[in-house]
Amino acid sequence: MKNRSLMLMTIVAFGYALLYVPIISVIVYSFNDSRLVTLWGGFSLRWYVSLLSDEDLLGAALLSLRIAIVSATFATALGAIVALALHRVNRLRGRLLLYGMVTAPLVMPEIITGLSLLFLFISMADLIGWPASRGATTITIAHITFSMAYVVVIVRSRLAAMDESLEDAAMDLGGRPVAVFFDITVPMLLPALVSGWLLAFTLSLDDLVISSFVSGPGATTLPMLIFAKVRLGVTPDINAITTIIILLVAVAVATAAFVSGRRESAGLRGVR
Amino acid sequence: MSNEATGNGGQALRWLRRTVALPYLWLLLFFLAPFLIILKISFADPIVAQPPFTPLLEWGAQGLAGLKATFENYAYLFQDGYYGIIYLASLKMAAIGTILCLLLGYPMAYFIARQSPRRRQILLMAVILPFWISFLLRVYAWIGLLNNRGVINEFLLWLGVIDHPLTMLYNDFAVYLGIVYSYLPFMILPLYANLERHDHDLLDAAADLGARRWQRFVDVTLPLSVPGIIGGCLLVFIPTVGEFTIPALLGGADTLMIGRVLWDEFFINRDWPVASAVSVVLLLLLVVPILWFQYLQRREQDAGS
Amino acid sequence: MNDSPPSPLVQIREVTKKFGGVTAVDRVSLDILRGELFAILGSSGCGKTTLLRLLAGFEEPTSGRILIDGADMTDVPPYERPVNLMFQSYALFPHMTVAQNVAYGLKKEHVPADRIRERVAEMLALVKLEALAGRKPEKLSGGEKQRVALARALVKRPKLLLLDEPMAALDKKLRQHTQFELANLQYQLGTTFVVVTHDQSEAMTLASRIAVMAEGRIAQVGTPGQVYEFPANRYVASFVGNINLFDGRVTAAGNGQLSVKCETLGSDELSVISGGEIAPGSTVCIAVRPEKITISRQAPEARDRNVIKGTVWDLAYFGDQSLYRVRLKSGAELQVSAQNLRRSEKMTVEWDDEVFLSWEVASTVLLQS
Repeated sequence: MKNRSLMLMTIVAFGYALLYVPIISVIVYSFNDSRLVTLWGGFSLRWYVSLLSDEDLLGAALLSLRIAIVSATFATALGAIVALALHRVNRLRGRLLLYGMVTAPLVMPEIITGLSLLFLFISMADLIGWPASRGATTITIAHITFSMAYVVVIVRSRLAAMDESLEDAAMDLGGRPVAVFFDITVPMLLPALVSGWLLAFTLSLDDLVISSFVSGPGATTLPMLIFAKVRLGVTPDINAITTIIILLVAVAVATAAFVSGRRESAGLRGVR
Repeated sequence: MSNEATGNGGQALRWLRRTVALPYLWLLLFFLAPFLIILKISFADPIVAQPPFTPLLEWGAQGLAGLKATFENYAYLFQDGYYGIIYLASLKMAAIGTILCLLLGYPMAYFIARQSPRRRQILLMAVILPFWISFLLRVYAWIGLLNNRGVINEFLLWLGVIDHPLTMLYNDFAVYLGIVYSYLPFMILPLYANLERHDHDLLDAAADLGARRWQRFVDVTLPLSVPGIIGGCLLVFIPTVGEFTIPALLGGADTLMIGRVLWDEFFINRDWPVASAVSVVLLLLLVVPILWFQYLQRREQDAGS
Repeated sequence: MNDSPPSPLVQIREVTKKFGGVTAVDRVSLDILRGELFAILGSSGCGKTTLLRLLAGFEEPTSGRILIDGADMTDVPPYERPVNLMFQSYALFPHMTVAQNVAYGLKKEHVPADRIRERVAEMLALVKLEALAGRKPEKLSGGEKQRVALARALVKRPKLLLLDEPMAALDKKLRQHTQFELANLQYQLGTTFVVVTHDQSEAMTLASRIAVMAEGRIAQVGTPGQVYEFPANRYVASFVGNINLFDGRVTAAGNGQLSVKCETLGSDELSVISGGEIAPGSTVCIAVRPEKITISRQAPEARDRNVIKGTVWDLAYFGDQSLYRVRLKSGAELQVSAQNLRRSEKMTVEWDDEVFLSWEVASTVLLQS
């Protein structure tokens, strides 16, 4: 019995180590002075400094950020509408097709999504002359399309868990449909909308494959740039980028934890 | 009662009914249409041009008479044993990667599910957290670890366990590691969701009826967790078959996975019709697991509402 | 009682509601009087909740009309009806405090802020929740939630308050206490309450009048006493309380009484007082409540009583009363309940005793089939 739980503990520890060792090693080596990645050459911030002067990289990061913000916002809005329609409208025409189209990107290999969207953009350019060239716009469209699916899943599960009599109650108390939507539905869905947006944002910021297909000359996103560099092996400045991203994520997570923690303690104060 | 309140909520519903046309059209244009186009191109002849394929339908001008369909690309796929081998190799790698993920993920999910609610939350958070960091960068991190002169080799050499570096990078081992590492959360989350729901009284009942610890696991926990196992496995298997980034960064020249071959076919050989045909066949291979997954999803959703 | 009938507050006129092919409410007509505590009683799926939602305005009738205080409400949306609903789930807004929940209805009417504050305080005092005004619903107990829901539904002084299974989410002990509180509150405010419930004892305790619903129709409307002692039909008789039923055929009629021969009773015939003219040969149903039956080992006097013989098959002792299952020769069983009036360790009637069952002719219910 003891042996068994020891074994279980070992597996679990191995699993968590697997998840975190690579991340930790990247952080550590981002401060390595040596150009040879694996040899410790003393503490240094030179890779961070060199990032600041790398205009390609900054440009790519900015482009990625812009695409991520725009596409996450659109994906959240469109995804929320789809989720509401799927959940609320009983006799929706073409419901099955909508459901299929919106969930398929979850399981579609991204390489196919990318390829097919590229062909679409080419055909459209042939046919109506738009998009004349591929770049930030086509990437944004592609990202909206596939991240919408994730938003729909998140919002739908929230809708399913929501007590529908809340909206009836608001209407019973004199709220008109529009008021009820903003007084009740939106606040109830807000956590799902926020996590949907964040997920869409991350997916967009992360995407390499689809962007590579639908991008054109001059539009290089951060993952595309990193991929080009990394294919040739380890480069220390990528370690530095990774560390910065990890830091940003950590700050975001800590903020989220702090905010929800404060809300909780505020609730507790209400009890006393 | 009925979701659709007639009359009064109707105003909001009418708005919704109208507005949903927007995402609907969006998906028709940017999801369904591309899909049909890829199907179409897979039947076209390759030509050296831009774009490098013959138009299957000369738009409008000739109508259906202009249909120039060819099965050549598919015939090519099947005659050339190369692709068959790659499809099989991809399925095999995805299957092994999925099983490895399950072997590691199940004990973890099981362990997490049996902790106090507070610790559960922390442990789950720790599983999800790396997901928010770029997938590409996390895969990249392994290059630094697995290198011949990487952290692991240096460490083992220093320990004296080995006297020359182990080859761990640019081979199938590295790809499996990458798969397990990247997709572990996708395995753990559905498993956890399932295991967490188990009624502990069931185990007590089994014990009361004379089952020992291991038997209780085999007779009660394992069978009840089958839906979680299937869900987790599909969630790992489906994206792994078409995976590009992991084999591209960690795999060797002989690591043939269809995602990577497709990429090369497209970007290097510029044979778009064959690339399309490769995609279509890949999708056909995934149809069964995808439909299975959608069925499970829908069942879950129905159970939830 | 009949000299000046109060004008009905709610008039439901031939209302039908269909969902697709399913008829949930079937040609219901019903008057609910001003100041009444009215109960709609029925098993799940009988259409009572749909009827409630029709009153609240969440559903539009397929046909028929609904008048409230003389005004036609059929096409008026819920947010414009002088009606409020207390939901079964309470439907308290989780992102608002208790006070904000109660204030919501007034805010939607654009009542001035200081007036809202006054009114909310008044309502919270009424349900004794002043101390919890700042709390979120998730931090409330079941009973507290119910009181918030009640305060929220009453804050706009509706002409009609609808309550959907108001006690369903409470535990048994709290339920009894709350039933009295609710009835008191209704008396105090004089607001018309309509309670929907599947619990017959709840309906009996609370309501001044009860409508029993079955399969979308009103089976009977009446005071608790009328519904219990004078059930209009077989369904009401067996849904409200326990009852013994016998199918039979009228053998003789006269003097306002019928003689009925029932298959299950062998040669014994039962007498029952008939309301109207029923010809010999008609099939009828005879019913008698368990507590109306006297059980004894000696033959009772048979004048104006129905008497039958049987064997005690089973008995349950509850302290204050005992319940007997008596098997007749035909194999049919009767339920009999008896108050244990005398203090005694030994029971007068035991298992397998041959017993006489008797009850007054006047206690016998005639149900036409």
